[in-house]
Amino acid sequence: MCTWITEKVPMTGRARGVPEWISVTQANVSYDHPSCAPFDHAVLIDFVNPEDGVGARIGIELSATSARALVSALNQALATPEAVRDLHAQSTRAAAPVGSRG
Amino acid sequence: MVKDGMIVEMVGFPGHLGDVIEGYYARPVAPDPTPGVVVLHHAPGLDPWSKEVVRKFAYAGYATVAPHLYHRRGPGDWADVAAAARADGLATAMPNEQVSGDIAGAAAYLRAQPGANGRVGVIGFCSGGRQAFLAACDVPSLDAAVDCWGGSILPRQSDPAGWRPHGRGVIHRAADMSMPLLGIFGNDDSNPEPGEVDEIERVLTELGKTFEFHRYDGAGHAFFCHDKPNYRQEQAVDGWSKVFAFFEAHLRREDAHVHLDH
Repeated sequence: MCTWITEKVPMTGRARGVPEWISVTQANVSYDHPSCAPFDHAVLIDFVNPEDGVGARIGIELSATSARALVSALNQALATPEAVRDLHAQSTRAAAPVGSRG
Repeated sequence: MVKDGMIVEMVGFPGHLGDVIEGYYARPVAPDPTPGVVVLHHAPGLDPWSKEVVRKFAYAGYATVAPHLYHRRGPGDWADVAAAARADGLATAMPNEQVSGDIAGAAAYLRAQPGANGRVGVIGFCSGGRQAFLAACDVPSLDAAVDCWGGSILPRQSDPAGWRPHGRGVIHRAADMSMPLLGIFGNDDSNPEPGEVDEIERVLTELGKTFEFHRYDGAGHAFFCHDKPNYRQEQAVDGWSKVFAFFEAHLRREDAHVHLDH
């Protein structure tokens, strides 16, 4: 069923996207110098599909505090009964995650 | 010299192994013999700030090019190319020998331009600072090098969580340093932190190398970057004056013309 539950958390950061939907097959996460956000370091999250070239990317740069708030909001969303049920179902057929710490 | 006149364009030139890589090139419109500067962008890539630095040198009378060190990971927008390269990791995106080859190619490109006085320096920021240090040891065709807060010049241990891989550094190449080096550092930086800058100083002194370091209180990493909170106006103005004094002394001195004749 529709949950109609949305966590809204204040954020400080920058994002850069693409005009159309893309397949996302990998997320790259780091804490490093951002390209645009006004911080020395930031949490950098790129949702990408490497097979479609470097432009297949949604890039997000968040302050450390904002990223922690995002983690909290994600966990809140994942605590709904629907998410708990799906997590359980998916854990039985999950593919191995892509892991890289280049 | 017509200081306000410059020509700015994207160019291509052969880099490491003859790969044609792109560069952001700005040159002054001036009749004088012109020294050259190679600008090495910081880790976020060939971004608008790095391009401003190129134009800043052109305004000061230097033909200047910033090789796009992530070029091979393209094509694409600079931010996407940088993101892909950074995800690959430093050793894959910018191996030392590739960077040295690209820098040598950029220097050759500048020397081949009409009006070049034959002298070329290199300046790099952040990861580019480390690469400028490497170039001072590995690209003997250069005449002077400036390292601005280059991190990981010394070997680094990996941390217990495994996030920071073991780094060999480039200090072991210091014996090969063949040109004067200028270093600009903030004392609040954590890579390189002041103790590491002390160690780099010690090694260069022991080897009898020609270098001068300027270390600023009240400044950390990347304190020239006016688009970030790291910017420190007073220290940045002084730091830039040290950079230009250094390049004027080593790239535009009178015997530059004699150098051309040989």
